[in-house]
Amino acid sequence: MELALAPETLARWQFGITTVYHFLFVPLTISLAALTAGLQTAWVRTEKEVYLRATKFWGKLFLINIAMGVVTGIVQEFQFGMNWSEYSRFVGDIFGAPLAFEALIAFFFESTFIGLWIFGWDKLPKKIHLACIWMVSIGTILSAYFILAANSWMQHPVGFRINKERGRAELTDFWAVLTQNTALAQAFHTLSAAFLTGGAFMVGLAAYHLTRRRHIKVMRTSLRLGLITVVIAGLLTAISGDTLGKVMFKQQPMKMAAAEALWDGQKPAPFSVFAYGDVDKGHNTVAIEVPGLLSFLANDDFSSYVPGINDVNKAEQQKFGPGDYRPNIPVAYWGFRWMIGFGMASFTLGALGLWLTRKKFLLPRHLRTGDDEVPLLVLFGKRTLGPKLTSWFWRVATWTMAFPLIANSWGWIFTEMGRQPWVVYGLFQTRQAVSPGVSQTEVAISMAVFTALYAILAVIEVRLLVKYAKAGPPELTEADLNPPTKIGGDHQDADRPMAFSY
Amino acid sequence: MELHDVWFVLIAVLWTGYFFLEGFDFGVGVLTRLLARNRPERRVLINTIGPVWDGNEVWLLSAGGATFAAFPEWYATLFSGFYLPLLLILVCLIVRGVGFEYRAKRPEEKWQRNWEWAIFWCSLIPAFLWGVAFGNIVHGVKIDRNFEYVGGLGDLFNPYALLGGAVTLTLFTLHGAVFTALKTVGDIRTRARTLALRLGPVTVVLALGFLVWTQLHSGDVASLVALVVAAVALLGALGAIWRVREGWAFALSGATIAAVVAMLFLSLFPNVMPSTLDADWSLTVTNASSSPYTLKIMTWCAVIAAPLVMLYQAWTYWVFRKRIGTQHIAEAAH
Repeated sequence: MELALAPETLARWQFGITTVYHFLFVPLTISLAALTAGLQTAWVRTEKEVYLRATKFWGKLFLINIAMGVVTGIVQEFQFGMNWSEYSRFVGDIFGAPLAFEALIAFFFESTFIGLWIFGWDKLPKKIHLACIWMVSIGTILSAYFILAANSWMQHPVGFRINKERGRAELTDFWAVLTQNTALAQAFHTLSAAFLTGGAFMVGLAAYHLTRRRHIKVMRTSLRLGLITVVIAGLLTAISGDTLGKVMFKQQPMKMAAAEALWDGQKPAPFSVFAYGDVDKGHNTVAIEVPGLLSFLANDDFSSYVPGINDVNKAEQQKFGPGDYRPNIPVAYWGFRWMIGFGMASFTLGALGLWLTRKKFLLPRHLRTGDDEVPLLVLFGKRTLGPKLTSWFWRVATWTMAFPLIANSWGWIFTEMGRQPWVVYGLFQTRQAVSPGVSQTEVAISMAVFTALYAILAVIEVRLLVKYAKAGPPELTEADLNPPTKIGGDHQDADRPMAFSY
Repeated sequence: MELHDVWFVLIAVLWTGYFFLEGFDFGVGVLTRLLARNRPERRVLINTIGPVWDGNEVWLLSAGGATFAAFPEWYATLFSGFYLPLLLILVCLIVRGVGFEYRAKRPEEKWQRNWEWAIFWCSLIPAFLWGVAFGNIVHGVKIDRNFEYVGGLGDLFNPYALLGGAVTLTLFTLHGAVFTALKTVGDIRTRARTLALRLGPVTVVLALGFLVWTQLHSGDVASLVALVVAAVALLGALGAIWRVREGWAFALSGATIAAVVAMLFLSLFPNVMPSTLDADWSLTVTNASSSPYTLKIMTWCAVIAAPLVMLYQAWTYWVFRKRIGTQHIAEAAH
């Protein structure tokens, strides 16, 4: 009981809760910024109203979402100092740098240009206003990159030396930290997963409106854009996931052995589809496996050797001294499966949707639908889905919205918990990292406060999202169609109400 | 000048930027209850800072990130030591940010009123607590040989620090009132001026008391110069607002804030966080700083990024330079 309430445990829970919560908004922000920018670009180039309405609709949802991403991000930066002061002292020389870069380069970009974009509809000429949303998009991506480089250093520390005198790690090669293979693979994987998330969000909401035959034009455009995004991003997520997996097999064999609940090394090693393990006894009572697949995932070779949990634990004991170097196996195992399962499910539904709603030359003339009709779901040739299947398909498409969010959360839980007991792999353990001067009461208070606050905000945010998502795209006004030609707005409109502000 | 001294200056600059900029948006947040009489007026106030508050807040994130990278020991001691006040500040910044964005997202009066109260309190509390925090940093706190804060929560609320809090709160509110006078038209502009003039004397008394105390405690010639500059700028700001030179008044109230921050950092140097238990246990620019290599990289980043940031943020203020009033608020969007 005492252990369960140790400051370390509470600090870890707090970190987990605030990070997973923050990361519900991050991927949506990254992808919706770029997708909104894409739609606005389409409007500027073609002047078709459907794109402007889509821009305003998705832009609004993007703003509701980014507000939460921004404010929960502030906590992330300061809780290292609050709850993990020993960690901050040990790695600040290295870990602080990408964080500071993130603030100085990416955050300023993002937050300054978002203000210009929100309030700039009647203050900026069309193209400059468009450039603002692209700047926001670049800012979000840069920000993700810096933070992932910092995280990758915790997974696989490079470009440093240990300064014994000061008792800390010191940076020797910043470029290596920014460009090591773990950082590149993680950034590739996380960014493609972010687009999978935004694509699925679009598909889900578009499907919701299309089943109700509302806002058909805008939602048809959104549906196709969302589906294409899901399929491309889904493929990239799978490819980058495989790359990242191979990197991890080399750098963090324990994490991958735990992800597979592979207790003892095997040659060739099977991929586990389902296992029910007994952590204390170190074996699985029930297991369904695909022979050789794990060997392939690890080493591109169906018959290679993959070390198991017990092997790695022994090796680490020899290297780092006595102790238990196993993470929580069930969390790693199931986290890995939920991540892949929900990610793949959204990709599959995206691919299916793209096929079912394909149009023009691939379909016979009488099955093609016009811009203001709900697309027919055409299986192949001349066969369409019946009304019951159709309504089910739209329903599942709406649910898809949640799939990548679940996959993302589990992906992070897996990658962070799979690294335990290390906070910096092979260098520094989590229990060494907590703030010695912070009391149990203080951590308990802050955890309770953040949990309660985040829960309340979640309710408020979701209700707002639902309200605006249901309302659909706004009708355009005279002002929307005649953007200003001068920076600061045209003179004759001095007393006109501000457009598209809060 | 060594790199860790450069970073001491740069962090002072980041805090100056933060208090100059978020100072007025905290002030405007406080004014939503102090000055505005109805919903459209509150909406006008919020819209004056709408396009810029988020960019202003990033100065804090940069100051925090830069402290982490350049002075990890300082970052660790400061934020683990000032745990609960910092928690309160973070909660306020969260609620306030969400408040600005969500307030007008529903038309119901109750919804908007709740967010307005949230914006008021969540602007007032950090405006006060930042002063308390800096008061403690300057005067020093109980730090042991391992650089751990060993004092309690009560130790942080000593008279000097509380006076510091009162100074930042009144100064930011004054700065916000001047900003409002600069950015609005009509009745609200007149009332913002009046309020600034009423708040002026109180601010002068509190600020002078705090600065003189600081000077007597840990000042030198340089900090004395900063003190004089702060005093002159503050009086100048009041004179300018009296004569309806709002642009000048805003520049001068901003200069006051800059001079106060400069004075605090000047009286702090070469410490970054003195220990009241033993002077040998104080955190200084040398024993709290990162390695020269990290500082070098960070310096390159700051040299390139900071001017760019100032350039495009200044441009934002230029784009939204027009004064606004209740006539700019659409009937449906109060």
